[in-house]
Amino acid sequence: MDRQILIAGFGGQGVMLMGQMLAYSAMKKDYNVSWMPSYGPEQRGGTANCGVVISEQPVGSPVVNEPTECVAMNLPSLEKFADTVVPGGCLLINSSLADADVNRDDITILRIPASEEAEQLGEVRVANMIMLGALSEATSLLSVEYLKDMLSEVLPERRHGLIPLNEKALDRGRELAQKQLAVK
Amino acid sequence: MSKELVKGNEAVGEAAIRAGCRYFFGYPITPQNEIPEYISARMPEVDGVFLQAESEVAAINMVYGAGGAGGRIMTSSSSPGISLKQEGISYIAGAEVPCVIVNMIRGGPGLGTIQPAQSDYFQATKGGGHGDYRMIVLGPSNLQELVDLTYEAFDLADRYRNPVMVLGDGVMGQMMEPVVFPEMRDLDELPEKEWATTGRGQRDETNLINSLYLDPQDSYEHNMRLADKYARIKENETRFKTLHADDAEYMFVAYGTVARIVRKAIESLREEGHRVGLLRPITLWPFPDEAFEQLVEQVKGFLTVEMSTGQMFEDVRLALNGAVPAEFYGTTGGIMPDYRDVAEQMKKTMDKVGDAS
Amino acid sequence: MKAAFRRPESLTDVQTHYCPGCVHGIVHRITAEVIDELDLQDRAVGVASVGCSVLAYDYFDVDFQQAAHGRAPAVATGIKRVRPDASVFTYQGDGDLASIGTAEIIHAAMRGEKITVIFINNAIYGMTGGQMAPTTLRGQKTTTSPYGRDTEHSGDPIRVCEMLATLPGAVYLERTSCHDARHIMQTKRAIKKAFEVQEKGQGFAMVEVVSNCPTNWGMTPRESLEWVEENMIPYYPLGEFRSPEEVE
Ligand SMILES: Cc1ncc(C[n+]2csc(CCOP(=O)(O)OP(=O)(O)O)c2C)c(N)n1
Ligand code: SF4
Repeated sequence: MDRQILIAGFGGQGVMLMGQMLAYSAMKKDYNVSWMPSYGPEQRGGTANCGVVISEQPVGSPVVNEPTECVAMNLPSLEKFADTVVPGGCLLINSSLADADVNRDDITILRIPASEEAEQLGEVRVANMIMLGALSEATSLLSVEYLKDMLSEVLPERRHGLIPLNEKALDRGRELAQKQLAVK
Repeated sequence: MSKELVKGNEAVGEAAIRAGCRYFFGYPITPQNEIPEYISARMPEVDGVFLQAESEVAAINMVYGAGGAGGRIMTSSSSPGISLKQEGISYIAGAEVPCVIVNMIRGGPGLGTIQPAQSDYFQATKGGGHGDYRMIVLGPSNLQELVDLTYEAFDLADRYRNPVMVLGDGVMGQMMEPVVFPEMRDLDELPEKEWATTGRGQRDETNLINSLYLDPQDSYEHNMRLADKYARIKENETRFKTLHADDAEYMFVAYGTVARIVRKAIESLREEGHRVGLLRPITLWPFPDEAFEQLVEQVKGFLTVEMSTGQMFEDVRLALNGAVPAEFYGTTGGIMPDYRDVAEQMKKTMDKVGDAS
Repeated sequence: MKAAFRRPESLTDVQTHYCPGCVHGIVHRITAEVIDELDLQDRAVGVASVGCSVLAYDYFDVDFQQAAHGRAPAVATGIKRVRPDASVFTYQGDGDLASIGTAEIIHAAMRGEKITVIFINNAIYGMTGGQMAPTTLRGQKTTTSPYGRDTEHSGDPIRVCEMLATLPGAVYLERTSCHDARHIMQTKRAIKKAFEVQEKGQGFAMVEVVSNCPTNWGMTPRESLEWVEENMIPYYPLGEFRSPEEVE
């Protein structure tokens, strides 16, 4: 297995944390992993992204240019990265904030209204966990149940009150992905 | 010992503290800011000192003073800041003050870019500052090695009374990868430094930290003594690793982040049946010349890959001394090479060398 | 009819990269207005420092040089000595001017170098992500003073105008702020005067603008401006520290 996952969005959407959660969880399953953020002043108001590599082999470059899976949390990210997904790969779009057409029939595309769904759960900031739940369902990467177990290790102690909410978000993401995949 | 997922820059900070480093002097610069930031929060927990200097010039001279006073000292920066430290490094080498300097290289020249590069190889290994000195330069290629070499750098610095540089790059500083940290050093077990300026106390002689030798004969002897020391370092501390050296017909030469990209290229080339391998210098100074001597009988050609326009390549050519063909491929200015391009270049090298022979 | 929000001639139409609510953009604009009003666009040479304003050369439509971190006053000196008729200005942050560049600013002032310095004091390193600056206030938390600036350890913040005021060559020194419209107008008057002092060949002129950094202070733009008024200005009092009239 060699997965190259790119997660992109606005600063503040929990893009970095989502990538770290993925990398950490895979590390605990004894995969080789790396996490690499985009860095520099453009992070300030604008977009942020991180690349996660999960592999049975030692990780080569930690920079993900051609993702096997891409999560686009907003429109600029979708526009920038939709074309970079490798054929056969998977593109997950936060359709609450990015509803542009994507001209690709060689990849799986899931549109998850993550921000709206997160609002319904009462906390817009768990949109990232909804997307992570969907990602886990769409790819046979790491199961939602396993990711739930990891929450207490990834979130700092003072945030542990938020674990139930995050679990719900992961579940919701899985459900939404299941439905769309069933149609396909 | 459990694995932790940490950022390279923070890993450097933690490794240094575990190695017994209790004094850090630095100045902010991207992409290594998490080193001073981590240490500013962590040092107070171990009763150590973090001080933000007014500039890199000041920081390296604080290192000079603190190292001369006997502490375990580190400073870190990235390319433009390392340029400013060169004067201090020259004095530190001349006065034989042990210390560790970390450079998370970004693209130059001048203000350049904050993206990763390996274009400070010349500066690190060929001086940078003035005078006939050498600095031990360590080039880790993943975060575990970054931790281990940073940890060990302090011992090397003390053993040889010499500055040691850990040479990383922006990617290494920013990325996260699993690491296992070594244990905390017991400060009481660190070597005594009889030469340090601690105040004379019960000593018969005063101690002096100095690089001035006005009398040319004295200066000559001092330089020759340094040269002897550098020869000893080369003898004892040269390090490198090879991959597929047993059967390789063609070899890559790469260090640091680029070496990991080259490994990928090797995987794909070997899947296609090409017998290729890697020679990876870990000490960039002393450069592992002997490693090449052992390989020239078997290897038909070497391809050096760097994030520069060809700096280590000069050392490779010196080491090979024309024995077998040496080719180069580089990306520079903040761009990382893609493993497929690297593999493609190796095929070109094989064609070229094959045609010629 | 005069369009109220016309772009000054001396600004390009490049969109700046400054964070929303950052004072850098305002000071760029009023500096460009001054250059227009004094008809200096053809003679102005700017020197960009290293900080958030490093790309100033993209935003001002005048000749520019980009300097190493802290060295802008030395670079400006070089330009002015070769081109005495040029109107030479630097635009520097507090990390640039009051930390790594202290030697250059003091000696440019001591020499009475005929340059104009615009000094943005936001009490933090913006560009590099919020580290402590020499101007960081007592107790202020930054990424390299996570427990708050401890004056036992790091000293008290530096007041540049007061320090330079001991040098006869520094003929015009004023500290202003940009936290409301009235103070922005005052900043513009000060910057204008600082260019006029250079035009008259009187000596070194600097305007220190007490500024904000909402991003790294972790505040909304509005909160940051209130913080300027409530915390910065009490420590960095506004006003003229040297006026050219005094020397005439
Ligand atoms: C020699 C050198 N050291 C450090 C840096 C990194 N650096 C870039 S900007 C900056 C400080 C910026 O702070 P300030 O001058 O206060 O300007 P601001 O970004 O807040 O506007 C630093 C330390 C550099 N570019 N060169
Ligand atoms: S980081 Fe601070 S100083 Fe820089 S542009 Fe943003 S608000 Fe302004």
